[in-house]
Amino acid sequence: MFHIYCPHCCEYREEEEFHASGQAHIPRPLDPDACTDKEWGEFMYFRANPRGIHHELWVHGAGCRKYFNITRNTHTYEILEVYKVGEKPSVVANEAK
Amino acid sequence: MTQELSKQSNRLQDGGRIDRSKPLTFTYNGKQYKGFEGDTLASALLANGVDIVGRSFKYSRPRGIVAAGAEEPNAIMQIGSTEATQIPNVRATQQSLYNGLVASTTNGWPNVDNDLMSWVGKVGGKMMPPGFYYKTFMYPKSMWETYESYIRKAAGLGRAPKENDPDIYDKMNQHCDVLIVGAGPAGLMAALTAARAGARVIIADEQNEFGGSLLSTTEALNGKPAAEWVAEVVEELSGFDDVLMLPNSQVNGYHDHNFLTIQQHCTDQFADRAPNGQIAQRLHRVRAKWVILATGAHERPLVYGNNDLPGCMVANAVSTYINRYGVAPGKDLVLMTSNDNAYRTALDWHDAGRNVVAIVDSRKNPQGTFVEAARERGISILVSSGVIEAHGSKRVTDVSIAPLNEVGDAIVGSVVKMAADTVATSGGWSPVIHLSCHTGARPVWNDDIVGFTPGVTVQKQLTAGAINGAFSTVQVLDEGLSAACDALAHLGLSKPDVVLPEADVIEEGKAMALFHIPHTKPTSKAPKQFVDYQNDVTAAGIELACREGFESIEHVKRYTAMGFGTDQGKLGNINGMAIAAKMLKQTIPETGTTIFRPNYTPVTFGAIAGRDCGELFDPKRYTAMHAWHVERGAKFEDVGQWKRAWYYPQGNETMQEALDRECLATRNSVGILDASTLGKIDIQGKDAREFLGRVYSNAWAKLAVGKCRYGLMCGEDGMVFDDGVTSCLAENHFLMTTTSGGAARVLSWLEIYHQTEWPELEVYFNSVTDHWSTMTISGPNSRKLLEKLTDYDVSKDNMAFMDWKPMTVAGVPARVFRISFTGELSFEINVQANYGLHVWKELFEKGAEFDLTPYGTETMHILRAEKGFIIAGQDTDGSVHPFDLGMSWAVSMQKPFSFIGKRGMQREDCVRENRKQLVGLKTLDPKAVLPEGAQGVLDPKAPIPMPMVGHVTSSYWSANLNRSVAMGFVKGGLDKMGEKVYYPLADGRVIEAEICSPVFLDPKGERQNV
Ligand SMILES: [Zn+2]
Repeated sequence: MFHIYCPHCCEYREEEEFHASGQAHIPRPLDPDACTDKEWGEFMYFRANPRGIHHELWVHGAGCRKYFNITRNTHTYEILEVYKVGEKPSVVANEAK
Repeated sequence: MTQELSKQSNRLQDGGRIDRSKPLTFTYNGKQYKGFEGDTLASALLANGVDIVGRSFKYSRPRGIVAAGAEEPNAIMQIGSTEATQIPNVRATQQSLYNGLVASTTNGWPNVDNDLMSWVGKVGGKMMPPGFYYKTFMYPKSMWETYESYIRKAAGLGRAPKENDPDIYDKMNQHCDVLIVGAGPAGLMAALTAARAGARVIIADEQNEFGGSLLSTTEALNGKPAAEWVAEVVEELSGFDDVLMLPNSQVNGYHDHNFLTIQQHCTDQFADRAPNGQIAQRLHRVRAKWVILATGAHERPLVYGNNDLPGCMVANAVSTYINRYGVAPGKDLVLMTSNDNAYRTALDWHDAGRNVVAIVDSRKNPQGTFVEAARERGISILVSSGVIEAHGSKRVTDVSIAPLNEVGDAIVGSVVKMAADTVATSGGWSPVIHLSCHTGARPVWNDDIVGFTPGVTVQKQLTAGAINGAFSTVQVLDEGLSAACDALAHLGLSKPDVVLPEADVIEEGKAMALFHIPHTKPTSKAPKQFVDYQNDVTAAGIELACREGFESIEHVKRYTAMGFGTDQGKLGNINGMAIAAKMLKQTIPETGTTIFRPNYTPVTFGAIAGRDCGELFDPKRYTAMHAWHVERGAKFEDVGQWKRAWYYPQGNETMQEALDRECLATRNSVGILDASTLGKIDIQGKDAREFLGRVYSNAWAKLAVGKCRYGLMCGEDGMVFDDGVTSCLAENHFLMTTTSGGAARVLSWLEIYHQTEWPELEVYFNSVTDHWSTMTISGPNSRKLLEKLTDYDVSKDNMAFMDWKPMTVAGVPARVFRISFTGELSFEINVQANYGLHVWKELFEKGAEFDLTPYGTETMHILRAEKGFIIAGQDTDGSVHPFDLGMSWAVSMQKPFSFIGKRGMQREDCVRENRKQLVGLKTLDPKAVLPEGAQGVLDPKAPIPMPMVGHVTSSYWSANLNRSVAMGFVKGGLDKMGEKVYYPLADGRVIEAEICSPVFLDPKGERQNV
């Protein structure tokens, strides 16, 4: 069970208070009507599944109800940083290719 | 006392940590025995000369106790004196003895001494190679259930109690600076150091007493028996307020971010049933800043012919039974070893006054403190030799010993037979790395100790003692101290004054890597050489698996089932890997590693459930009028966590009779529904209106203050997921309602879009579901009723359909919404929840003259179905968009902002022909009620499998229409009005229906516009 630092409450709380909401940084296209079906499908359904660094959106559902981002290692389950929505991660995966 | 002793034929006259003045009586397999306080069930059984404690899984061979701790594979017991207190799969080595304990063997049918199944072992030995279950019982598939019950009965996996467990279990959250796992020399030393430094310490040990190996050693500390040092440390530790000591507690799981679970046995170590008011077991959920694993090591037995005969034991276990429990489990011992350490067992046996037949050492030239001690006692030592086979039927009677070559893989001389009833073996020690594996760390092979040690971890974890391959007491104590100092440094605490106790200096010669003793016959023809006792995996089986092409140890394990028992292969895994490695001509680390997963030992369901069972399993939500519904005899249904009144039977009414009465009363006069459970979200802010336009499919720009509007909520895929009425309370203030079950989901939906996509919009959301009591009065007399409780003008002219007005109802401030889910003239009265019951009662007081009838959720469903109103989640399933529902009127494609769902519902698949569409279904036989979920076909004579065109979503008997009403999906249904669709049912009937509008009653909506 994770021990997660909420950047809004500014303290560590148990994972039971949080809920994962999938991959972070998937912006809704600004002009959906201009998207092709394929582009819309990519936005809705296609997500990364990396072994290693992953940026995730979480919500402190049983706490402040605020969403925020986590950079997590999906292999070791380490949480490398937390940052607010709108901010950029400082820990990023090395470009493999 | 002498009488007690005389019955315990293997009990020593003195010694051990048992209290001979406190005899205990227990029952094993229906027979009474005596033991002493301080015994485990295993030590008491051995004291009484009980050799057989079970029958093996596959071959049904008699098995005895081989170990003294958590690694015991054979002595698996069913404990409990009553049906309700049955506990399956308890290791006798971990169960403290108490007066009145009732135990029976879990395997062996009909009993362990004379097992009917043993023909399998004799006749079926050749019939049951590894992979037997896969190869044989897989086919024919239809027979699997028969096989399973047969195997289960034969294998005896224990049984769950048939009655409710009367005991209380609970859970406790803990936080600490340092959690120390294991209270042996390393753990105690670490705890003492950390405690003196002022750290918050938890120290847990699976045994009933702290001390670990020090409780059964003959070594001295500070010149005194080691147990005295243990007692001093324990006493000092118990004086610290911030030290929590947990004996009888298994640290069973090491999870992410230093979260560990500890199963504490509180009373089941001394009572069948917890004394009144006490907790039987407690699960500690610990978040530790640092963890010190001081879990020690398990001794590895050696693998030789018939090594599963009762009397064959792990060397250290024999010492433990002698020194800690005062039990010598036999008369004539042969010790086989590849190391010095195990010589202690021969010394202990000799010093207990029993006969050591011989020490059989695989090494050429053993030298060291213990070896010299054995020589001094005149014990015969056979070097460069091994025990190749044990003989006997229900207990060892003789052993065959042969000279071995230098690496121990071939016999180089003639075999001699010696009489012995006990064979103790040691192939060295396997560090207990299980917890370190739980977090994903890969164990590392260490040639020096011939075993795996903990791998690199990302956890805040330290290790000390035998887990690292440090086996001498001096080393172990030192590691405990330095691990604690490391932890203290990380925690920013300074090192306290501590001095290591002085331990005996022991010289040990080099151990030899030895696992599998060769036989004069090839392994496949030799007597069975067991590797994993619990799953009956033999050396021959592992060799066969390798010959059949299994190269990875993970595959070999799955094929042979090695390590898949409740002991997770604690004794056998390394031996099995060594045998596979040799077959595959590679090293052990090349063959693979062994990964252990939580839990370390089996955990009872009680400890996992804690108090989250029965009444406390899930929170229950009640409306303010709940007590009234109960008094009125309502039947309830669960809607999410809510308890909602389902219907209100009167007298001997059947459910259908009650529903018919409620439906007719509502349409003919007035009915009332407790609708408090509807989700309510208060939305405020200058951009609230804009936000609504983006999350609902219809238009909100022009909704005036005082008006209400129905809205559909879709996902980005265009599919409907919730619906409800939203009202404009003020220019920047709205009240949204959601389905009863969908409230939480909708709120987080609004939040995620606001916080992540449109943070620039100024809007705030708050759940107000519980703040309001909501009662819907519906029917032609509803206005007359409301007029009796308010002075406000609720006439058609002043309060039109889809208006809401603030007013005083029954003396209480209320918001009244003129909306309708029944198609009748309806008013939804919302008052502050505290006033709910008062207003509800006033309505009944004044409603008596209209025969005001309470109705529940079932009548609500029928009334709305008569009108063709959908229920999100019943008539939708996440795969239908508003056009599929025939609700194009609730979609505004002209809105400037591309609302959620707009793009999704225009995808190619969403606009194609022949999608399933929601239509009304009018059965030709008006009395026939379609089952919900029934699949429709267009041609009932089509061959099976018939092409299905959609299913029935809602179907009821309508008393108002005196016929059935139904809705369902039909492919292209909206263009098939008047056509027929058929529903073939499981009972052979075929119900014929006509596709029609889902609005069965009052299609023009005249009843609500009055
Ligand atoms: Zn928070």
